[in-house]
Amino acid sequence: MKLNYLTAHEILDLIKENKTSAQKVYKSVLDQIDNSEKAIKAYANLAERSEISIDENKPFPIPIAVKDNMCVLDQETTCSSNILKGFKPSYDATVIEKLKDSGAIIIGHANMDEFAFGSSTETSCYGPTHNPWDLDCVPGGSSGGSTAAVASNQAIWAIGSDTGGSIRQPAAFCGVVGLKPTYGRVSRYGLIAFASSLDQIGPITKDVEDSAILMNIIAGYDPKDSTSAKPEDALFLNTLSCRDDNYSHSCDLPDFTKALVNDVKGLRLGIPKEYFIDGIDAEVKQAVLDAIERLKDRGATFKEISLPHTEYAVATYYIIATSEASSNLARFDGVQYGLRKIPERPRKSSIVDMYEETRAAGFGTEAKRRIMLGTYSLSSGYYDDYYLRGLKVRTLIKQDFDKAFKEVDAIVTPTTPTTAFKIGEKTSDPISMYLSDIFTISANLSGIPAISIPCGFSRNNLPIGMQIMAKPFDEEMLFRIGYTYQQITDWHKKRVNL
Amino acid sequence: MISKEDVLNIASLSRIHLQDNEIDQLTKNLEDILEYIAKLEKLDVSNVEPTSHVLPIENVYREDKVNSSLGQSAALKISTENQNGSFKVPKVIE
Repeated sequence: MKLNYLTAHEILDLIKENKTSAQKVYKSVLDQIDNSEKAIKAYANLAERSEISIDENKPFPIPIAVKDNMCVLDQETTCSSNILKGFKPSYDATVIEKLKDSGAIIIGHANMDEFAFGSSTETSCYGPTHNPWDLDCVPGGSSGGSTAAVASNQAIWAIGSDTGGSIRQPAAFCGVVGLKPTYGRVSRYGLIAFASSLDQIGPITKDVEDSAILMNIIAGYDPKDSTSAKPEDALFLNTLSCRDDNYSHSCDLPDFTKALVNDVKGLRLGIPKEYFIDGIDAEVKQAVLDAIERLKDRGATFKEISLPHTEYAVATYYIIATSEASSNLARFDGVQYGLRKIPERPRKSSIVDMYEETRAAGFGTEAKRRIMLGTYSLSSGYYDDYYLRGLKVRTLIKQDFDKAFKEVDAIVTPTTPTTAFKIGEKTSDPISMYLSDIFTISANLSGIPAISIPCGFSRNNLPIGMQIMAKPFDEEMLFRIGYTYQQITDWHKKRVNL
Repeated sequence: MISKEDVLNIASLSRIHLQDNEIDQLTKNLEDILEYIAKLEKLDVSNVEPTSHVLPIENVYREDKVNSSLGQSAALKISTENQNGSFKVPKVIE
Protein backbone atom coordinates (compact mmCIF):
# COMPACT_ATOMS: atom_id res chain seq x y z
CA MET A 1 0.00 0.00 0.00
CA LYS A 2 1.19 3.53 -0.75
CA LEU A 3 2.50 5.40 2.29
CA ASN A 4 -0.07 8.15 1.99
CA TYR A 5 -2.88 5.59 2.22
CA LEU A 6 -1.80 4.71 5.75
CA THR A 7 -3.01 6.19 9.02
CA ALA A 8 -0.64 8.25 11.17
CA HIS A 9 -0.32 5.53 13.79
CA GLU A 10 0.67 3.03 11.09
CA ILE A 11 3.19 5.52 9.69
CA LEU A 12 4.63 6.26 13.13
CA ASP A 13 5.08 2.51 13.74
CA LEU A 14 6.95 2.16 10.44
CA ILE A 15 9.16 5.13 11.27
CA LYS A 16 9.94 3.60 14.66
CA GLU A 17 10.96 0.35 12.94
CA ASN A 18 13.13 2.33 10.48
CA LYS A 19 11.00 1.07 7.61
CA THR A 20 10.19 4.53 6.32
CA SER A 21 10.88 8.19 7.05
CA ALA A 22 8.83 11.32 7.53
CA GLN A 23 10.43 12.64 4.36
CA LYS A 24 9.15 9.68 2.32
CA VAL A 25 5.65 10.02 3.73
CA TYR A 26 5.63 13.72 2.96
CA LYS A 27 6.83 12.98 -0.60
CA SER A 28 4.03 10.43 -1.13
CA VAL A 29 1.46 13.04 -0.05
CA LEU A 30 2.94 15.62 -2.46
CA ASP A 31 2.88 13.08 -5.30
CA GLN A 32 -0.78 12.45 -4.58
CA ILE A 33 -1.49 16.19 -4.61
CA ASP A 34 0.28 16.53 -7.97
CA ASN A 35 -1.80 13.65 -9.22
CA SER A 36 -5.31 14.41 -8.01
CA GLU A 37 -5.63 17.93 -6.61
CA LYS A 38 -6.71 19.28 -10.00
CA ALA A 39 -9.77 17.05 -9.84
CA ILE A 40 -10.52 17.37 -6.10
CA LYS A 41 -9.61 21.02 -5.35
CA ALA A 42 -9.30 20.27 -1.64
CA TYR A 43 -6.91 23.13 -0.98
CA ALA A 44 -7.50 26.86 -0.92
CA ASN A 45 -3.77 27.56 -0.70
CA LEU A 46 -0.80 25.21 -0.60
CA ALA A 47 2.26 26.25 1.38
CA GLU A 48 5.43 26.95 -0.62
CA ARG A 49 7.22 23.60 -0.73
CA SER A 50 10.60 25.29 -0.42
CA GLU A 51 9.52 26.76 2.92
CA ILE A 52 8.43 23.47 4.48
CA SER A 53 10.88 21.86 6.85
CA ILE A 54 10.58 18.41 8.35
CA ASP A 55 11.96 17.62 11.77
CA GLU A 56 12.36 13.86 12.00
CA ASN A 57 13.14 14.18 15.70
CA LYS A 58 9.73 15.57 16.61
CA PRO A 59 7.16 12.97 17.72
CA PHE A 60 4.51 13.56 15.02
CA PRO A 61 6.01 14.52 11.64
CA ILE A 62 2.66 13.96 9.92
CA PRO A 63 1.44 15.94 6.87
CA ILE A 64 -1.71 17.83 7.84
CA ALA A 65 -4.23 20.07 6.06
CA VAL A 66 -5.63 23.00 8.05
CA LYS A 67 -8.99 24.59 7.35
CA ASP A 68 -8.64 28.04 5.78
CA ASN A 69 -10.10 29.76 8.87
CA MET A 70 -7.16 29.10 11.22
CA CYS A 71 -4.35 31.65 11.33
CA VAL A 72 -0.94 30.40 10.29
CA LEU A 73 1.93 32.86 10.66
CA ASP A 74 2.78 34.47 7.29
CA GLN A 75 0.58 31.98 5.37
CA GLU A 76 -2.37 33.44 3.49
CA THR A 77 -5.51 32.70 5.58
CA THR A 78 -8.74 33.75 3.91
CA CYS A 79 -11.79 31.82 5.20
CA SER A 80 -12.16 31.17 1.45
CA SER A 81 -13.54 34.70 1.12
CA ASN A 82 -12.59 37.52 -1.23
CA ILE A 83 -12.67 39.92 1.70
CA LEU A 84 -9.55 38.28 3.20
CA LYS A 85 -7.59 37.60 0.00
CA GLY A 86 -3.94 38.29 0.64
CA PHE A 87 -4.31 38.35 4.44
CA LYS A 88 -1.20 36.85 6.04
CA PRO A 89 -1.60 36.60 9.83
CA SER A 90 1.11 37.91 12.11
CA TYR A 91 0.64 35.02 14.57
CA ASP A 92 -0.20 31.33 14.81
CA ALA A 93 -3.52 30.08 16.17
CA THR A 94 -3.00 28.07 19.37
CA VAL A 95 -3.82 24.79 17.58
CA ILE A 96 -1.27 25.65 14.88
CA GLU A 97 1.35 26.39 17.52
CA LYS A 98 0.63 23.03 19.14
CA LEU A 99 0.76 21.22 15.80
CA LYS A 100 4.06 22.85 14.87
CA ASP A 101 5.51 21.95 18.29
CA SER A 102 4.54 18.32 17.74
CA GLY A 103 6.28 18.25 14.37
CA ALA A 104 3.17 18.10 12.21
CA ILE A 105 3.81 19.35 8.66
CA ILE A 106 1.27 21.97 7.59
CA ILE A 107 0.96 21.43 3.86
CA GLY A 108 -1.70 23.99 3.17
CA HIS A 109 -5.02 25.61 3.95
CA ALA A 110 -8.00 23.45 3.01
CA ASN A 111 -10.94 24.86 1.08
CA MET A 112 -14.18 25.62 2.96
CA ASP A 113 -17.52 27.32 2.60
CA GLU A 114 -16.94 31.07 2.84
CA PHE A 115 -16.59 31.86 6.56
CA ALA A 116 -17.87 28.29 7.17
CA PHE A 117 -21.32 29.35 5.94
CA GLY A 118 -22.55 26.25 4.18
CA SER A 119 -22.85 22.49 4.08
CA SER A 120 -21.24 21.73 0.72
CA THR A 121 -18.04 23.81 0.29
CA GLU A 122 -19.73 25.42 -2.71
CA THR A 123 -19.77 28.97 -1.31
CA SER A 124 -15.95 29.21 -1.35
CA CYS A 125 -14.47 32.05 -3.40
CA TYR A 126 -12.14 29.43 -4.87
CA GLY A 127 -15.01 27.34 -6.23
CA PRO A 128 -16.27 23.97 -4.98
CA THR A 129 -14.25 21.02 -3.71
CA HIS A 130 -15.19 17.66 -5.26
CA ASN A 131 -16.02 14.51 -3.31
CA PRO A 132 -13.19 11.98 -3.85
CA TRP A 133 -15.71 9.11 -3.99
CA ASP A 134 -17.74 10.77 -6.77
CA LEU A 135 -16.40 13.92 -8.38
CA ASP A 136 -19.90 15.11 -9.30
CA CYS A 137 -20.87 15.21 -5.62
CA VAL A 138 -20.12 17.72 -2.88
CA PRO A 139 -17.74 16.71 -0.09
CA GLY A 140 -20.11 18.26 2.45
CA GLY A 141 -19.17 21.33 4.41
CA SER A 142 -18.10 23.58 5.63
CA SER A 143 -14.84 21.66 6.29
CA GLY A 144 -15.22 19.88 2.93
CA GLY A 145 -11.68 20.68 1.77
CA SER A 146 -10.27 19.17 4.98
CA THR A 147 -12.28 15.94 4.71
CA ALA A 148 -11.66 15.62 0.96
CA ALA A 149 -7.91 16.09 1.53
CA VAL A 150 -7.85 13.15 3.97
CA ALA A 151 -10.22 10.97 1.91
CA SER A 152 -8.14 11.53 -1.25
CA ASN A 153 -4.91 10.75 0.68
CA GLN A 154 -3.68 14.27 -0.09
CA ALA A 155 -3.09 14.66 3.66
CA ILE A 156 -2.78 12.14 6.47
CA TRP A 157 -4.62 14.34 8.94
CA ALA A 158 -6.73 17.48 8.77
CA ILE A 159 -8.12 20.02 11.20
CA GLY A 160 -11.61 21.42 10.76
CA SER A 161 -14.05 23.57 12.69
CA ASP A 162 -17.61 22.60 13.56
CA THR A 163 -20.33 25.18 14.28
CA GLY A 164 -23.41 23.14 13.30
CA GLY A 165 -21.89 19.96 11.88
CA SER A 166 -19.09 21.34 9.72
CA ILE A 167 -16.66 18.58 10.70
CA ARG A 168 -19.06 15.64 11.10
CA GLN A 169 -21.29 16.12 8.03
CA PRO A 170 -18.37 16.32 5.53
CA ALA A 171 -16.61 13.49 7.38
CA ALA A 172 -19.72 11.35 6.77
CA PHE A 173 -19.90 12.39 3.10
CA CYS A 174 -16.19 11.63 2.55
CA GLY A 175 -15.92 8.40 4.58
CA VAL A 176 -13.52 9.66 7.25
CA VAL A 177 -13.64 10.14 11.03
CA GLY A 178 -14.55 13.65 12.22
CA LEU A 179 -14.80 14.73 15.85
CA LYS A 180 -16.42 17.82 17.31
CA PRO A 181 -15.01 17.99 20.84
CA THR A 182 -16.89 19.42 23.81
CA TYR A 183 -17.25 23.20 23.54
CA GLY A 184 -14.18 24.73 25.16
CA ARG A 185 -12.01 21.61 24.91
CA VAL A 186 -9.82 23.01 22.10
CA SER A 187 -8.67 26.63 22.06
CA ARG A 188 -10.36 28.88 19.51
CA TYR A 189 -7.56 31.48 19.66
CA GLY A 190 -6.63 32.23 16.07
CA LEU A 191 -9.74 30.56 14.65
CA ILE A 192 -11.56 33.25 12.65
CA ALA A 193 -14.89 33.28 14.47
CA PHE A 194 -18.24 32.38 12.90
CA ALA A 195 -20.52 31.81 15.91
CA SER A 196 -18.48 32.10 19.08
CA SER A 197 -20.77 30.12 21.38
CA LEU A 198 -20.90 27.17 18.95
CA ASP A 199 -17.55 27.00 17.10
CA GLN A 200 -15.19 24.21 18.04
CA ILE A 201 -12.02 22.94 16.35
CA GLY A 202 -11.56 19.20 15.91
CA PRO A 203 -9.59 16.42 14.19
CA ILE A 204 -10.35 14.77 10.84
CA THR A 205 -8.61 11.42 10.39
CA LYS A 206 -8.89 8.03 8.72
CA ASP A 207 -9.65 6.14 11.91
CA VAL A 208 -10.57 6.59 15.57
CA GLU A 209 -7.07 5.84 16.83
CA ASP A 210 -5.64 8.79 14.87
CA SER A 211 -8.48 10.98 16.14
CA ALA A 212 -7.42 10.32 19.75
CA ILE A 213 -3.74 10.93 18.91
CA LEU A 214 -4.55 14.25 17.23
CA MET A 215 -6.81 15.30 20.13
CA ASN A 216 -3.88 14.74 22.50
CA ILE A 217 -1.95 17.31 20.46
CA ILE A 218 -4.58 20.03 20.05
CA ALA A 219 -6.76 19.91 23.22
CA GLY A 220 -6.20 21.80 26.45
CA TYR A 221 -6.86 24.98 28.39
CA ASP A 222 -5.59 28.18 26.80
CA PRO A 223 -5.60 31.48 28.69
CA LYS A 224 -5.76 33.29 25.34
CA ASP A 225 -9.30 31.97 24.78
CA SER A 226 -11.76 33.17 27.42
CA THR A 227 -14.11 30.30 26.54
CA SER A 228 -11.43 27.65 26.88
CA ALA A 229 -12.56 25.09 29.46
CA LYS A 230 -10.81 24.95 32.80
CA PRO A 231 -11.24 21.91 35.04
CA GLU A 232 -13.76 23.84 37.16
CA ASP A 233 -15.93 24.27 34.06
CA ALA A 234 -16.03 20.54 33.55
CA LEU A 235 -17.07 20.21 37.15
CA PHE A 236 -19.74 22.83 36.66
CA LEU A 237 -21.19 21.11 33.64
CA ASN A 238 -21.05 17.75 35.31
CA THR A 239 -22.91 18.78 38.42
CA LEU A 240 -25.36 21.01 36.65
CA SER A 241 -26.35 18.81 33.84
CA CYS A 242 -25.79 15.20 33.36
CA ARG A 243 -23.38 13.30 35.50
CA ASP A 244 -25.03 10.90 37.85
CA ASP A 245 -23.60 10.71 41.35
CA ASN A 246 -21.95 7.35 40.75
CA TYR A 247 -19.98 8.63 37.84
CA SER A 248 -16.82 10.34 38.88
CA HIS A 249 -15.04 11.68 35.88
CA SER A 250 -11.65 13.28 35.94
CA CYS A 251 -11.96 16.88 34.84
CA ASP A 252 -8.31 17.14 33.91
CA LEU A 253 -7.24 16.73 30.34
CA PRO A 254 -6.98 12.97 29.78
CA ASP A 255 -4.61 10.99 27.59
CA PHE A 256 -7.22 10.31 24.92
CA THR A 257 -5.33 7.30 23.54
CA LYS A 258 -5.99 5.51 26.86
CA ALA A 259 -9.67 5.49 25.86
CA LEU A 260 -8.91 3.29 22.84
CA VAL A 261 -10.34 0.24 24.56
CA ASN A 262 -11.85 -2.66 22.65
CA ASP A 263 -14.83 -3.15 24.94
CA VAL A 264 -18.37 -1.81 25.03
CA LYS A 265 -19.80 -4.48 27.29
CA GLY A 266 -22.49 -3.07 29.53
CA LEU A 267 -22.53 0.37 27.98
CA ARG A 268 -26.01 1.85 27.71
CA LEU A 269 -26.58 3.42 24.31
CA GLY A 270 -29.61 5.46 23.28
CA ILE A 271 -31.36 5.61 19.92
CA PRO A 272 -33.41 8.81 19.67
CA LYS A 273 -36.64 8.12 17.82
CA GLU A 274 -36.63 11.66 16.39
CA TYR A 275 -33.50 10.83 14.36
CA PHE A 276 -35.04 7.92 12.47
CA ILE A 277 -37.77 9.87 10.73
CA ASP A 278 -39.45 9.82 7.34
CA GLY A 279 -37.26 11.45 4.74
CA ILE A 280 -34.10 9.79 5.93
CA ASP A 281 -32.46 7.74 3.20
CA ALA A 282 -33.27 4.00 3.57
CA GLU A 283 -29.66 2.96 2.96
CA VAL A 284 -28.37 5.38 5.59
CA LYS A 285 -30.91 4.13 8.11
CA GLN A 286 -30.06 0.48 7.41
CA ALA A 287 -26.30 1.08 7.69
CA VAL A 288 -26.70 2.71 11.10
CA LEU A 289 -29.06 -0.02 12.31
CA ASP A 290 -26.50 -2.61 11.17
CA ALA A 291 -23.78 -0.78 13.10
CA ILE A 292 -26.01 -0.85 16.17
CA GLU A 293 -26.34 -4.65 15.78
CA ARG A 294 -22.57 -4.99 15.67
CA LEU A 295 -22.22 -3.03 18.90
CA LYS A 296 -24.96 -5.17 20.48
CA ASP A 297 -22.94 -8.26 19.48
CA ARG A 298 -20.09 -6.80 21.53
CA GLY A 299 -22.27 -6.46 24.60
CA ALA A 300 -23.63 -2.91 24.46
CA THR A 301 -27.28 -2.45 25.35
CA PHE A 302 -29.57 -0.15 23.40
CA LYS A 303 -32.79 1.58 24.27
CA GLU A 304 -35.04 3.99 22.47
CA ILE A 305 -34.92 7.48 23.90
CA SER A 306 -36.59 10.77 23.02
CA LEU A 307 -35.08 14.16 22.28
CA PRO A 308 -38.41 15.91 21.80
CA HIS A 309 -37.14 19.32 20.69
CA THR A 310 -35.04 17.96 17.81
CA GLU A 311 -37.36 19.40 15.16
CA TYR A 312 -36.67 22.92 16.44
CA ALA A 313 -32.87 22.64 16.32
CA VAL A 314 -32.31 23.92 12.78
CA ALA A 315 -34.52 26.99 13.26
CA THR A 316 -32.90 27.76 16.63
CA TYR A 317 -29.46 27.35 15.14
CA TYR A 318 -30.12 29.70 12.24
CA ILE A 319 -31.17 32.45 14.64
CA ILE A 320 -28.27 32.05 17.07
CA ALA A 321 -25.52 31.26 14.57
CA THR A 322 -26.41 34.10 12.21
CA SER A 323 -26.80 36.59 15.06
CA GLU A 324 -23.35 35.78 16.35
CA ALA A 325 -21.97 35.78 12.80
CA SER A 326 -23.37 39.21 12.02
CA SER A 327 -21.56 40.54 15.05
CA ASN A 328 -18.29 38.64 14.42
CA LEU A 329 -18.15 39.65 10.77
CA ALA A 330 -18.58 43.34 11.57
CA ARG A 331 -14.78 43.47 11.86
CA PHE A 332 -14.35 43.00 8.11
CA ASP A 333 -14.79 46.59 7.06
CA GLY A 334 -11.76 47.54 4.97
CA VAL A 335 -10.22 49.60 7.76
CA GLN A 336 -7.22 47.59 8.89
CA TYR A 337 -6.61 44.54 6.71
CA GLY A 338 -8.02 42.56 3.80
CA LEU A 339 -10.02 44.01 0.94
CA ARG A 340 -10.81 47.75 0.72
CA LYS A 341 -13.15 49.18 -1.91
CA ILE A 342 -14.27 52.76 -2.46
CA PRO A 343 -17.29 53.36 -4.71
CA GLU A 344 -16.75 55.38 -7.89
CA ARG A 345 -19.47 57.87 -6.99
CA PRO A 346 -20.07 58.90 -3.37
CA ARG A 347 -23.40 57.76 -1.82
CA LYS A 348 -23.23 58.48 1.92
CA SER A 349 -20.20 59.69 3.92
CA SER A 350 -16.77 58.61 2.70
CA ILE A 351 -16.15 56.16 5.56
CA VAL A 352 -19.62 54.54 5.33
CA ASP A 353 -19.23 54.28 1.57
CA MET A 354 -15.98 52.39 2.13
CA TYR A 355 -17.58 49.98 4.62
CA GLU A 356 -20.56 49.29 2.39
CA GLU A 357 -18.63 48.91 -0.85
CA THR A 358 -15.92 46.73 0.72
CA ARG A 359 -18.49 44.37 2.26
CA ALA A 360 -20.61 44.32 -0.91
CA ALA A 361 -17.61 43.29 -3.00
CA GLY A 362 -15.92 41.06 -0.42
CA PHE A 363 -18.77 38.86 0.81
CA GLY A 364 -20.51 36.21 -1.29
CA THR A 365 -24.27 35.63 -1.45
CA GLU A 366 -24.56 33.21 1.50
CA ALA A 367 -22.43 35.44 3.73
CA LYS A 368 -24.65 38.43 2.94
CA ARG A 369 -27.76 36.35 3.58
CA ARG A 370 -26.53 35.22 6.99
CA ILE A 371 -25.19 38.61 8.09
CA MET A 372 -28.54 40.17 7.21
CA LEU A 373 -30.60 37.45 8.90
CA GLY A 374 -28.50 37.86 12.05
CA THR A 375 -28.74 41.63 11.94
CA TYR A 376 -32.51 41.33 11.64
CA SER A 377 -32.77 38.88 14.59
CA LEU A 378 -30.79 41.25 16.79
CA SER A 379 -32.42 44.46 15.65
CA SER A 380 -34.63 46.59 17.81
CA GLY A 381 -38.22 45.34 17.82
CA TYR A 382 -37.30 41.81 16.72
CA TYR A 383 -34.79 40.81 19.39
CA ASP A 384 -37.34 39.24 21.75
CA ASP A 385 -39.14 37.35 19.00
CA TYR A 386 -36.04 35.96 17.37
CA TYR A 387 -32.72 36.02 19.21
CA LEU A 388 -34.07 35.77 22.75
CA ARG A 389 -36.60 33.11 21.80
CA GLY A 390 -33.79 31.19 20.08
CA LEU A 391 -31.72 31.22 23.26
CA LYS A 392 -34.68 29.89 25.24
CA VAL A 393 -35.33 27.04 22.83
CA ARG A 394 -31.61 26.31 23.05
CA THR A 395 -32.17 25.67 26.76
CA LEU A 396 -34.94 23.20 25.95
CA ILE A 397 -32.73 21.36 23.45
CA LYS A 398 -29.91 21.16 25.97
CA GLN A 399 -32.28 19.88 28.65
CA ASP A 400 -33.36 17.07 26.30
CA PHE A 401 -29.76 15.84 26.32
CA ASP A 402 -29.30 16.35 30.07
CA LYS A 403 -32.31 14.12 30.63
CA ALA A 404 -31.23 11.52 28.07
CA PHE A 405 -27.75 11.21 29.56
CA LYS A 406 -29.26 10.28 32.91
CA GLU A 407 -30.33 7.04 31.22
CA VAL A 408 -27.63 6.34 28.66
CA ASP A 409 -23.85 6.65 28.28
CA ALA A 410 -23.96 7.72 24.65
CA ILE A 411 -26.41 8.35 21.81
CA VAL A 412 -26.13 6.76 18.36
CA THR A 413 -27.69 8.32 15.24
CA PRO A 414 -27.02 8.76 11.54
CA THR A 415 -24.69 11.75 10.97
CA THR A 416 -26.71 12.96 7.97
CA PRO A 417 -30.12 12.06 6.53
CA THR A 418 -28.63 11.26 3.09
CA THR A 419 -25.32 10.49 1.44
CA ALA A 420 -23.44 13.23 -0.47
CA PHE A 421 -25.64 15.20 -2.88
CA LYS A 422 -24.72 16.50 -6.32
CA ILE A 423 -22.82 19.74 -6.82
CA GLY A 424 -25.36 22.48 -7.57
CA GLU A 425 -28.32 20.45 -6.30
CA LYS A 426 -29.13 22.63 -3.28
CA THR A 427 -27.42 25.96 -3.99
CA SER A 428 -30.61 27.78 -4.94
CA ASP A 429 -32.60 26.50 -1.95
CA PRO A 430 -30.98 27.68 1.30
CA ILE A 431 -33.44 25.88 3.58
CA SER A 432 -32.91 22.45 2.03
CA MET A 433 -29.17 23.06 2.37
CA TYR A 434 -29.63 24.02 6.05
CA LEU A 435 -31.63 20.84 6.67
CA SER A 436 -28.69 18.63 5.71
CA ASP A 437 -27.31 19.51 9.17
CA ILE A 438 -30.46 18.43 10.97
CA PHE A 439 -28.75 15.65 12.99
CA THR A 440 -25.54 17.48 13.85
CA ILE A 441 -26.72 20.91 15.00
CA SER A 442 -28.03 19.91 18.43
CA ALA A 443 -24.58 18.87 19.67
CA ASN A 444 -23.32 22.41 19.05
CA LEU A 445 -26.32 24.01 20.72
CA SER A 446 -25.76 21.76 23.77
CA GLY A 447 -21.96 21.92 23.75
CA ILE A 448 -21.57 18.13 23.86
CA PRO A 449 -18.92 16.10 22.00
CA ALA A 450 -19.92 14.11 18.92
CA ILE A 451 -18.07 12.02 16.36
CA SER A 452 -18.87 10.73 12.88
CA ILE A 453 -17.49 7.33 11.94
CA PRO A 454 -17.78 5.54 8.56
CA CYS A 455 -20.38 2.75 8.85
CA GLY A 456 -21.14 1.68 5.28
CA PHE A 457 -21.51 2.60 1.65
CA SER A 458 -24.56 3.18 -0.52
CA ARG A 459 -25.23 1.26 -3.73
CA ASN A 460 -23.67 4.25 -5.55
CA ASN A 461 -20.50 3.71 -3.53
CA LEU A 462 -20.95 6.83 -1.41
CA PRO A 463 -19.87 6.71 2.25
CA ILE A 464 -22.36 6.68 5.15
CA GLY A 465 -21.58 8.04 8.62
CA MET A 466 -22.74 7.06 12.09
CA GLN A 467 -22.80 9.79 14.73
CA ILE A 468 -22.10 9.09 18.39
CA MET A 469 -22.77 11.80 20.99
CA ALA A 470 -21.66 11.75 24.63
CA LYS A 471 -21.81 13.80 27.82
CA PRO A 472 -19.81 17.02 28.09
CA PHE A 473 -16.05 16.33 28.36
CA ASP A 474 -16.53 12.62 27.72
CA GLU A 475 -14.79 12.35 24.34
CA GLU A 476 -13.26 9.18 25.79
CA MET A 477 -16.64 7.46 25.53
CA LEU A 478 -16.75 8.30 21.81
CA PHE A 479 -13.24 6.93 21.29
CA ARG A 480 -14.06 3.75 23.19
CA ILE A 481 -17.21 2.99 21.21
CA GLY A 482 -15.66 4.04 17.90
CA TYR A 483 -12.50 2.05 18.50
CA THR A 484 -14.45 -1.08 19.41
CA TYR A 485 -16.59 -0.67 16.30
CA GLN A 486 -13.49 -0.34 14.09
CA GLN A 487 -12.04 -3.56 15.51
CA ILE A 488 -15.01 -5.50 14.10
CA THR A 489 -15.61 -3.59 10.84
CA ASP A 490 -13.39 -2.31 8.06
CA TRP A 491 -15.32 0.57 6.50
CA HIS A 492 -12.55 2.89 7.69
CA LYS A 493 -9.99 0.90 5.70
CA LYS A 494 -11.53 1.64 2.31
CA ARG A 495 -9.44 4.04 0.22
CA VAL A 496 -10.17 5.93 -2.97
CA ASN A 497 -7.82 5.22 -5.85
CA LEU A 498 -7.08 8.47 -7.63
CA MET B 1 -43.75 39.59 5.72
CA ILE B 2 -40.55 41.30 4.76
CA SER B 3 -40.67 44.25 2.40
CA LYS B 4 -38.03 45.60 0.08
CA GLU B 5 -37.71 48.59 2.45
CA ASP B 6 -37.02 46.20 5.37
CA VAL B 7 -34.27 44.57 3.36
CA LEU B 8 -32.72 47.91 2.50
CA ASN B 9 -32.84 48.90 6.15
CA ILE B 10 -31.20 45.63 7.27
CA ALA B 11 -28.56 46.03 4.56
CA SER B 12 -27.83 49.53 5.80
CA LEU B 13 -27.51 48.29 9.41
CA SER B 14 -25.24 45.51 8.10
CA ARG B 15 -23.15 48.05 6.14
CA ILE B 16 -23.61 46.18 2.85
CA HIS B 17 -24.44 48.00 -0.36
CA LEU B 18 -26.86 45.83 -2.38
CA GLN B 19 -27.34 45.69 -6.13
CA ASP B 20 -30.95 45.77 -7.39
CA ASN B 21 -31.00 42.10 -8.34
CA GLU B 22 -29.71 41.15 -4.88
CA ILE B 23 -32.52 43.06 -3.17
CA ASP B 24 -35.27 40.95 -4.74
CA GLN B 25 -33.39 37.72 -4.16
CA LEU B 26 -32.66 38.51 -0.50
CA THR B 27 -36.21 39.64 0.15
CA LYS B 28 -37.46 36.24 -0.97
CA ASN B 29 -34.70 34.31 0.86
CA LEU B 30 -35.22 36.12 4.15
CA GLU B 31 -38.96 35.70 3.91
CA ASP B 32 -38.60 31.94 3.34
CA ILE B 33 -36.16 31.55 6.20
CA LEU B 34 -38.23 33.62 8.63
CA GLU B 35 -41.27 31.57 7.72
CA TYR B 36 -39.31 28.42 8.54
CA ILE B 37 -38.07 29.90 11.81
CA ALA B 38 -41.62 30.82 12.78
CA LYS B 39 -42.13 27.21 13.88
CA LEU B 40 -40.49 28.22 17.17
CA GLU B 41 -43.60 30.26 17.99
CA LYS B 42 -45.41 26.97 18.67
CA LEU B 43 -43.31 26.49 21.80
CA ASP B 44 -44.23 28.08 25.10
CA VAL B 45 -40.97 29.52 26.40
CA SER B 46 -42.40 31.95 28.95
CA ASN B 47 -40.79 30.12 31.88
CA VAL B 48 -37.54 29.11 30.20
CA GLU B 49 -34.22 30.76 30.95
CA PRO B 50 -32.14 31.65 27.87
CA THR B 51 -28.82 29.86 27.23
CA SER B 52 -26.32 32.13 25.54
CA HIS B 53 -23.37 29.95 26.49
CA VAL B 54 -22.95 26.37 27.68
CA LEU B 55 -19.93 27.18 29.86
CA PRO B 56 -19.82 29.68 32.72
CA ILE B 57 -18.06 32.54 30.97
CA GLU B 58 -16.04 35.08 32.84
CA ASN B 59 -13.47 37.55 31.74
CA VAL B 60 -9.84 36.45 31.86
CA TYR B 61 -7.68 38.90 33.75
CA ARG B 62 -3.94 39.06 34.04
CA GLU B 63 -1.59 41.08 36.16
CA ASP B 64 -1.04 44.62 34.93
CA LYS B 65 2.52 43.93 33.82
CA VAL B 66 4.15 44.90 30.54
CA ASN B 67 4.52 41.89 28.26
CA SER B 68 6.14 41.59 24.89
CA SER B 69 3.71 42.31 22.07
CA LEU B 70 3.57 42.57 18.32
CA GLY B 71 5.78 45.45 17.18
CA GLN B 72 4.42 48.34 15.13
CA SER B 73 5.94 47.21 11.85
CA ALA B 74 4.68 43.61 12.28
CA ALA B 75 1.20 44.93 13.10
CA LEU B 76 1.19 47.22 10.08
CA LYS B 77 2.38 44.47 7.75
CA ILE B 78 -1.21 43.26 7.42
CA SER B 79 -2.60 46.74 6.80
CA THR B 80 -4.47 47.59 3.63
CA GLU B 81 -2.95 51.07 3.61
CA ASN B 82 -0.67 52.78 6.11
CA GLN B 83 1.16 56.03 6.55
CA ASN B 84 3.56 57.35 9.23
CA GLY B 85 3.17 54.17 11.31
CA SER B 86 -0.63 54.30 11.35
CA PHE B 87 -3.51 52.61 9.53
CA LYS B 88 -4.73 54.99 6.84
CA VAL B 89 -8.51 55.32 6.28
CA PRO B 90 -10.80 57.66 4.34
CA LYS B 91 -11.83 60.88 6.03
CA VAL B 92 -14.07 60.06 9.01
CA ILE B 93 -15.27 63.56 9.92
CA GLU B 94 -16.66 65.37 6.91
